[in-house]
Amino acid sequence: MKATLQIKRGTPDTAPHVETFEVDFEAGQSILDGLRAVRHDKDPTLAFRFACINANACKECMMLIDDKIDYACTVKLKEGVTMLAPLPKKALVRDLVTEIAPPNERLHGRG
Amino acid sequence: MHLESDVLVIGAGGAGMYAALEAARAGASVILADRSLIGRGGATVMAQMTVAVALGEQTPDSWEYHLADTLAAGRGLCNESLSAMLCQDGPARIREMDAWKVGWAREGDHIAQIHAPGHDRARCVYVDVLSTGPAVSRTLRTQLNLASGIRRIGDLAIVDIVVRDGRACGAVAVHLSTGETVTLAAKSVIIATGGLTRLYRRNSASFNMGGDGYALALRAGAELIDMEFVQFFPIGHLAPRLVGMDPIMWDPFRYKLGGKLLNGELQEFEEDYATLDARSDGKYVLTRDRATYAISKEVESGRGSPAGGAYLSFQHVPDAELRRAFGPVIDRLAANGIDLTKQLVEVAPIAHYHMGGVRVDECMQSTIPGLYACGEAIGGANGANRLSGNAITEAFVFGARAGQAAAKNAAFASSHWSDAAAAPTVDLLRSADKRDTPNLAVAVTDLQALMADKVGPFRTEEKLGEAIVEIDRMASELGAAPPSSGMSFDPLLIDWLDLRNMLQVAKAVAVPALARKESRGAHQRDDHPGLEEAWTLNQIITLNGGEIALERASIPKKASA
Ligand SMILES: Cc1cc2nc3c(=O)[nH]c(=O)nc-3n(C[C@H](O)[C@H](O)[C@H](O)COP(=O)(O)OP(=O)(O)OC[C@H]3O[C@@H](n4cnc5c(N)ncnc54)[C@H](O)[C@@H]3O)c2cc1C
Ligand code: FES
Repeated sequence: MKATLQIKRGTPDTAPHVETFEVDFEAGQSILDGLRAVRHDKDPTLAFRFACINANACKECMMLIDDKIDYACTVKLKEGVTMLAPLPKKALVRDLVTEIAPPNERLHGRG
Repeated sequence: MHLESDVLVIGAGGAGMYAALEAARAGASVILADRSLIGRGGATVMAQMTVAVALGEQTPDSWEYHLADTLAAGRGLCNESLSAMLCQDGPARIREMDAWKVGWAREGDHIAQIHAPGHDRARCVYVDVLSTGPAVSRTLRTQLNLASGIRRIGDLAIVDIVVRDGRACGAVAVHLSTGETVTLAAKSVIIATGGLTRLYRRNSASFNMGGDGYALALRAGAELIDMEFVQFFPIGHLAPRLVGMDPIMWDPFRYKLGGKLLNGELQEFEEDYATLDARSDGKYVLTRDRATYAISKEVESGRGSPAGGAYLSFQHVPDAELRRAFGPVIDRLAANGIDLTKQLVEVAPIAHYHMGGVRVDECMQSTIPGLYACGEAIGGANGANRLSGNAITEAFVFGARAGQAAAKNAAFASSHWSDAAAAPTVDLLRSADKRDTPNLAVAVTDLQALMADKVGPFRTEEKLGEAIVEIDRMASELGAAPPSSGMSFDPLLIDWLDLRNMLQVAKAVAVPALARKESRGAHQRDDHPGLEEAWTLNQIITLNGGEIALERASIPKKASA
């Protein structure tokens, strides 16, 4: 099966743009699996945040998936188009990465 | 940017958070840095099972019984002083966590304890349902919030420890979300970076478990011990894709319900590999080591399951009994589309824990003054194999000890920081340039495949030799300067820094594995089956002129009490 990921990319200093990637997948694989496949097979500069991969424990992989806030590791890849964007209410770092740490756990801008 | 503190703790898992709390309690100013977010990046938050500790409330128990089981699992290689510390301090730490409201499951008026393989009695505490790690992490983060004197910084990846005149004096880091270089002066530095299982293709690791701490210690001039002992868990989850569950979760259910292992031809095969083992506990046909062997051999002989492991079947268990045993886990499986009454799952050996690590004394100090280590990052307490449940206890106990010792050292030391000593790493980060490199995400996968195939659970001289040649080749291909995509949160830079560490650590595992010509605990040599008494010794790894060097050391005798 093939999934089409339309990913909103950019940095705070550049106008955002959407890039489209196709990835092969098997039933049950997650959006995070798809993003890691994009880095591995197509574009290693794609930035997204994650740590635990399988456990849904770190809660770092939150993003906007088809306009809903969700975890990239629990939402499954599907055939057809899936739209991915960074969290809308958090400061953008790069691509799908936003500033999600509590202010008193950051290097800058402590509360 | 330049920061200063008495104590720098690298890594905010169970060990690092405990170390920070204890160091602050002793009056030190602390920086707690993690390459990921605080309390989220490593194994601690992912652990779903149990924590071993001789509380003796439910069943009479004492730390000496716990120690006896720990030493038996370690097959003669434990540093008995460290093992004893783990077992002896365990109860106080578990009760402290209880007072901090971690929520250990209770039965009547006492904390509930269950029996896990390798323990002689019910000794393992847990948080329902499969919430041990998340609860532990949350509890320690709350304590960090309440404490004063601890500055927490996420997204800060430590790249090197800074050593001046043979003493640790701080570290150089890259702040991932801005890309800036950060220097950190500290009188004591604690490595609490967790394990290395990301080195392997099939693993239970997070992204941050490529063994950074071992590489940091090596480059700082410290010694590593027992690096050849990587624990493989025999029936890690393989297929279908399952998210939100600990990949080792099948074990207790297989134990309780007698789950059956079947090969690709749907035949049972465990009996074919069964041998008499005094420590086999009756409920399993095979011990863990033998189960790993049996599954690997079935796959090698072309009788693997489609995804390359074995099937695990609960189909012989009535629905109601499944429900009773699995409880709400059944619903989590259903959310992943898995129905055990209708379907087999596939399992395979996965890299799960690392026994080896930084060689420390009883104050958790490495062979470099001012440089401490704790948690999975150290070696010695578990010898050649670890008992289930010992790893989280170890993180608490050694974390607390390291924090105390580091604070004490800082109270008497003056800052030893030197910009000149930090310069090589600052320059390395500055040298990152925009250039074309092969895709390093692919290189990581290649290394994981190499380690699984040649430095996996079953080893031979030939395979290990090939691995070392290939690791050297990959290291020279990686080059001396990192690539950069010229922006913040740079995945190219992260991959390069990770590979720099992973290749060094991979070699630090392969070299002693090649030298150890016997099979013991988690180190199994197809060409040298059986334990050799003459090999009851530790192998020590250092970096000598950039090359991995190997020495032998006799097993330390326990300091008499
Ligand atoms: C899925 C899973 C289940 C487990 N289940 C159990 C169980 O039931 N019972 C048990 O006893 N043990 C279990 N273990 C083992 C146990 O969880 C670990 O050994 C233990 O939690 C390790 O704690 P730690 O603090 O040493 O390391 P970790 O919790 O791994 O923390 C290390 C931290 O260091 C950070 N770090 C790494 N490198 C750097 C760097 N260069 N700069 C800055 N930060 C860095 C990481 O991001 C991470 O946050 C399990 C392990 C896994 C993976
Ligand atoms: S990757 Fe950890 S919760 Fe999604």
